[in-house]
Amino acid sequence: MTYATVHEPPPRPAAGPQTQPPLPGTGNRDNQGLSAMQIIQSGQAFQTDTHPEVACERHVLSIDDFNLFYGKTQALYSINMKVAAGKVTSLIGPSGCGKSTLLRSVNRLNDLIDGVRITGNMYLNGDPIYASNVDVIELRKRMGMVFQKSNPFPMSVFENVVFALRIDGESRRSVLEEVAERSLRAAALWDEVKDRLHSSALSLSGGQQQRLCIARAIAAEPEILLMDEPCSALDPIATGRIEELIHGLRGNYTVLIVTHNMQQAARVSDYTAFMYLGRLIEYGPTNSVFLNPHRRETEAYVTGRFG
Amino acid sequence: MIPIRDNLATSNTVTGTQAASPPRPSRCGPARSLYAQGEPMIWLIGGGLAVALLMIVGLLALVVYQGIATFWPVPVVRLETANGVVMGEVTRGEYFVPHTTTASPAEAEGAAAAAADQSTAVYRRLVRTGNFELTGTHFHWVAENVVRQESRPPWALTIERLQWGRFYGEPVKFLLDGREVASDAAAAWALFEEHFPTVADRRDRRRRLESRDIGHVNAEREAARLRVRTAELRHGAGSPEHQRELAREAQVLEQTDQQFARIRGEIQQLNADNERYKLVLLTAQGNEVVMPLDQIVRAYPANRLSFSDKLGIYFSRWWEYISDEPREANSEGGVFPAIFGTMLMTILMSLAVVPFGVLAALYLREYARAGPIVSAVRIAINNLAGVPSIVFGVFGLGFFSYTVGAYIDGGARNIQITPWPRSAWLAALGLTVAAAVAGPAIWFTLLRSVRQRAGVGRYLGLLVGLWVLAVVGLLLLLVSHNPYFDGLFQAKLPAPTFGTGGLIWASLTLALLTLPVVIVATEEALAAVPSSMREGAYACGASKWQTIRRIVMPRAMPGIMTGMILAMARGAGEVAPLMLVGAVKLAPELPGRIDRIPPYVHIESSFMHLGFHIYDLGFQSQNSEAAKPMVFTTTLLLIGLIIVLNMGAMLIRARLRRAFLGAQF
Repeated sequence: MTYATVHEPPPRPAAGPQTQPPLPGTGNRDNQGLSAMQIIQSGQAFQTDTHPEVACERHVLSIDDFNLFYGKTQALYSINMKVAAGKVTSLIGPSGCGKSTLLRSVNRLNDLIDGVRITGNMYLNGDPIYASNVDVIELRKRMGMVFQKSNPFPMSVFENVVFALRIDGESRRSVLEEVAERSLRAAALWDEVKDRLHSSALSLSGGQQQRLCIARAIAAEPEILLMDEPCSALDPIATGRIEELIHGLRGNYTVLIVTHNMQQAARVSDYTAFMYLGRLIEYGPTNSVFLNPHRRETEAYVTGRFG
Repeated sequence: MIPIRDNLATSNTVTGTQAASPPRPSRCGPARSLYAQGEPMIWLIGGGLAVALLMIVGLLALVVYQGIATFWPVPVVRLETANGVVMGEVTRGEYFVPHTTTASPAEAEGAAAAAADQSTAVYRRLVRTGNFELTGTHFHWVAENVVRQESRPPWALTIERLQWGRFYGEPVKFLLDGREVASDAAAAWALFEEHFPTVADRRDRRRRLESRDIGHVNAEREAARLRVRTAELRHGAGSPEHQRELAREAQVLEQTDQQFARIRGEIQQLNADNERYKLVLLTAQGNEVVMPLDQIVRAYPANRLSFSDKLGIYFSRWWEYISDEPREANSEGGVFPAIFGTMLMTILMSLAVVPFGVLAALYLREYARAGPIVSAVRIAINNLAGVPSIVFGVFGLGFFSYTVGAYIDGGARNIQITPWPRSAWLAALGLTVAAAVAGPAIWFTLLRSVRQRAGVGRYLGLLVGLWVLAVVGLLLLLVSHNPYFDGLFQAKLPAPTFGTGGLIWASLTLALLTLPVVIVATEEALAAVPSSMREGAYACGASKWQTIRRIVMPRAMPGIMTGMILAMARGAGEVAPLMLVGAVKLAPELPGRIDRIPPYVHIESSFMHLGFHIYDLGFQSQNSEAAKPMVFTTTLLLIGLIIVLNMGAMLIRARLRRAFLGAQF
């Protein structure tokens, strides 16, 4: 496992409890002072700017020099990243930068696509994810995933939630019911569905379906919860409830969430990773990345100048 | 203040633009704009749809009209012509030109020569006169110009008989034990109505005794004979087992002889009881015919019926049609065996085709990697749908009946294959087992780890395919050259049991015919399952098979049922392949019956089929004029049957749709 190069903190203006954004040009501590775009276009490998606070946490997921190719095209370039345990980490970046691809690589859903090739590795609590003797099914059972468009199964609410346990062979009614109640409570859905656990899941509203998918994902107590833009198909009120939910999951669950809504990332996450053109540009605590970004591109993105 | 627009120039000035711009030239002419708006195409499409609907409705209306009217009781007319008297039911009429029409012996209008003008069209009627044993013909053509007098005799009876078809006559006497007890029509008819129900009951009982009970006794004797023959074949003539079976057979023959005698005695008693009642009828030609009551199936005075009487006869004829057996070479009686055969065959066919089709479609859609082999398989399936159905019949006959069936009957020798010597066969068996075991062994030890590497996948697929081919080929060789298997029905040879057409082979042949339909429909249904649902299942940690079983298959079930409905509809209506593999004009017994002769459940027996029945009525019937209306009635029945089957399947599909696609269970 290699650590990304640690940069010295950028020069701050003296005094004042309020930190000001670095003056243009002073935040880039690149090799030869080049911008990220110039490095990328010159074909050199890009070193992620990882804030030092990241290293202090216990890590659940460790992405190690990860590259992904769709046939001949490369989609992810040398990603190095560690996801902290019990915290919410968000991946932000403009469309097409590879954040969903990276997320799907964590639970090996990209294996379903023909022509995908990867180099490098990822480690879930020390166990390699991409190795020749890895059982993909067992690996996926240790993670949970929530998708952009809610996809409840055509079964009852109860069956949806306990699906992961049933396919594992668990059939004891008491265990299933207990798990279902716990997951639905954690997903803030219990009060609304406790009277109709056996009605079809398709009869719930959009926001309820998404919370049901979250309940399903956490039912098996996953080591990491992956969320791919969970609120993008929901109205603001449902979005707010899900953000509250995610906030409530902290501490018990590790969450890696992809979002292209920066304000959501700012509200919800503890750590933020900014990706651009398949590369991880900057990664650090949310406050730092948003208020005191090291790189000019990060600052340009979070202030809305592009994206 | 709003200026009034006088001309373009001032208005433009008001709005502040520069000089007035000329109006834009229109870019398309009036004709092109009409086409662009789509009106002609809408008319064309609507017209096409209307024509199609008209054709369907027209066909159904024709079938219903012709089929519904068949059983309605029609009045009997009596026509006095120059050549004699004709009495019967008028079935149809037409215009004809006398000279140009060939006269058949059945036409009683020879006096058409008396027509003054040789070339005018004359109206003639086809009268069903029955009385075949007296006149030699069932129908008579009567031209209008030769009719001298027409009447409707009040006591003319229409009689349907067990044999010889219909009879038309007037009752004159009723004979009880040979004595005349009624001398006029009304009294004779009253006595007839009094005694007929009991006579009919006794007759039905006698027929049941003849067919069922004697059939059982014969079956026991046949079973004994087969046991003797089997012992002889297995242990040799003169061996102790053979002697034992011979002794048993002798016992059985003795017992069955007693049973025969008893049943015959019963039958004789019933006949004797029925013989006492006879009705004497006068035909139109003046003959007196003595008719025993038990020959009569139904009789009614056609010109004295009220509407409710007619309705009663109509419904009783319909009931007879769907519940009784055929008589008179299928031109009379019922089609119950054909209905039963059609339904049983359709159900067996569905049971055979749906699992195979769904499994094949699952493999093609979910597991097979795109490549030349899969494309070839898809092309083959689509072409299979275009093969003429009679080719399937030939295949079914050649492969199922004459090869597989003959093998089941008599082993390898029965299909002209010399089995291998025992040692060689056992060696081949060992080889096959080794190959079968070696495949998975190699897979699980060596190849599994290689599988993860990209690019090796298609070679592995090829290897697996080769292994499967090798094992299956070896198995086929083993089975066909088996020296230990001498057939299950060796005792009955040379009479084939499975080696000829039968219900099971017909069902399998039609299953092959409808396989492409099921495969294509299932593939469409599987493709329609959204990938988000599959990904959700994978993300929960489900394996591929678990995803398919729990998520994909339930969601695709309505589409699969559509495929099944289409397959049933297609299969129930195919006739050509059935003619070669088991459908017959008259089957001695119902297929699928259970008794004590091997194979105990008679799926190998020949059967009757409604579609084949229609063909038989229309083309192979002796009495074609009487059979013609039955063609339409049978068609109506077949359409009704298919509608019922489809409705049932559609109901199930609607419920499945509601459960899996909608929001309620």
